Amino acid sequence: MTMLPSVAPPKKLGLVIDLDVCVGCHACVVSCKEWNTGGYGAALSDQNPYGADVSGTFLNRIHTFELVPEGGEVVGEAGDSRIVHFPKSCLHCDDAPCVTVCPTGASYKRTADGIVLVDEEKCIGCGLCAWSCPYGARELDLAAGVMKKCTLCVDRIYNETLEEVDRVPSCVRTCPANARHFGDFADPSSNVSIMVAERGGIDLMPEQGTRPVNKYLPPRPRQQLDRVIPLAENSSGAAGFFAWLDGVLDRI
Amino acid sequence: MHPAASIIFFTTLSGLGYGLAGALGLGVLAPGLMSTLMAYGLALALIGAGLLSSTLHLGNPQRAWRAFSQWRSSWLSREGVLAVIGFPVIAAHGWLTFSSGERWPLLGLAAAVLAAATVYCTAMIYASLRSVQAWNTWLTPACYLAFAVAGGGLLALLFLAWQGALRGPAVLAVAALVFCAWGLKMAWWRRMDSEPHLSTTASATGLGKIGRVTLFEPPHMTSNYLTREMGFQVARKHASKLRKIALVLGCGLPFLLAIMSGGSGAIAVLLAALAVVAFYAGVVTERWLFFAEARHAVTSYYGQ
Repeated sequence: MTMLPSVAPPKKLGLVIDLDVCVGCHACVVSCKEWNTGGYGAALSDQNPYGADVSGTFLNRIHTFELVPEGGEVVGEAGDSRIVHFPKSCLHCDDAPCVTVCPTGASYKRTADGIVLVDEEKCIGCGLCAWSCPYGARELDLAAGVMKKCTLCVDRIYNETLEEVDRVPSCVRTCPANARHFGDFADPSSNVSIMVAERGGIDLMPEQGTRPVNKYLPPRPRQQLDRVIPLAENSSGAAGFFAWLDGVLDRI
Repeated sequence: MHPAASIIFFTTLSGLGYGLAGALGLGVLAPGLMSTLMAYGLALALIGAGLLSSTLHLGNPQRAWRAFSQWRSSWLSREGVLAVIGFPVIAAHGWLTFSSGERWPLLGLAAAVLAAATVYCTAMIYASLRSVQAWNTWLTPACYLAFAVAGGGLLALLFLAWQGALRGPAVLAVAALVFCAWGLKMAWWRRMDSEPHLSTTASATGLGKIGRVTLFEPPHMTSNYLTREMGFQVARKHASKLRKIALVLGCGLPFLLAIMSGGSGAIAVLLAALAVVAFYAGVVTERWLFFAEARHAVTSYYGQ
């Protein structure tokens, strides 16, 4: 059934991704591929995996952007420009266009928790859902001929055979920097709701009208390192013992 | 967007077929003639070839029947449902007009309306995608319908010439339809060229409020499904040349050939046939550009 749920799901499960914290290590990319190639649905295939033109299906990818603040200068390492690593996976949108365009009913949004999934038994691999997604969250698996997307590790989060600490999406569990957080956005007191409120979490491409569930926390303003740590060569501000030592060392 | 041959031939062939089916439904050709029955056969063959071609790009075509189920939300499903309903209606109208020698106007009207509705659904598959800004306009279904009507008109001229029934007013009407279609297409191109991008790297990353964002490092070194399917964009200089080629082939040549075919006999048939061929070549070029020129929002994440 490819109509969106008529009433808002009681739970809105999703991710918060902290762009201030992500170090761009790609551990979540690897861990996502590893878990999901053996989990829900068809394996995530690779084409020409040991050749020069390798490509494959991934549900989570890290882009890296350069950000030059308003009025900032790009002067090598001393300039104002900064690097922002940008993890991107399905945002499990409230108004998911990928769900309503599906001609077969394979693409659907769960009424219980809002997770957007693909029923691979029904998918004909027409690719229209991938076209409709502005975020590029869906990739057609070339070996299986069906659409693959982030399942929010639906086979982990409710899996009681796992330790409780592991009942979160693989990317969240594996992130060594704690840049990814999993929770219920319908609950205003949840960890993710509080983080979004405190840090001003944002929607990606709000102009597309998709109302994404996943939120991104923007990077905090950058500290000016040269104002915090005096340069090693400069002793003009030294006082007391260090001023005396500075004078002695100058004289010998 | 990647201009897949299967989709280009699907949309152009079925457009031409539905255009002819519409003209036949409106009773443009005399009933009871073998050549009119053959026109119905050609329309159904074009539609069938287009629909078969559309299944070639599916990852699992054996499950294509499932695509008839989601007509309440999906334009692709609606198109499939209407195609399946329209096919027997067009065929029945063709056979009844041939065997009885009468026009069966109500059934013909139903066939024409179904043909138009199917073309509209095909266009809305693209026009409903906000992620592809160039397509997301009422001009997209307007162009698809206008090209179907103009192509169907040119095919009808061919059959009229064959039946020795080609008259000046019909030629002028079809020439006007051809001009109308390309006029809409030029408006479509002008909109695509002039509208600023709805989604940019700034809005895609949400970092635009802080400063200027540029891609520093892509997530992968080689291509992937997204860059192959959505990243295709033809260079501007080729686009402008191809647009001119499409206009000459699809508009100028069919107009001249149709006007010249105003006489009768074998020459008129040949000229009308050439007009159809030139028009189709122009529409294929236009349809290739329709995909190749369209920018998908996801390219905002890939530095485009």
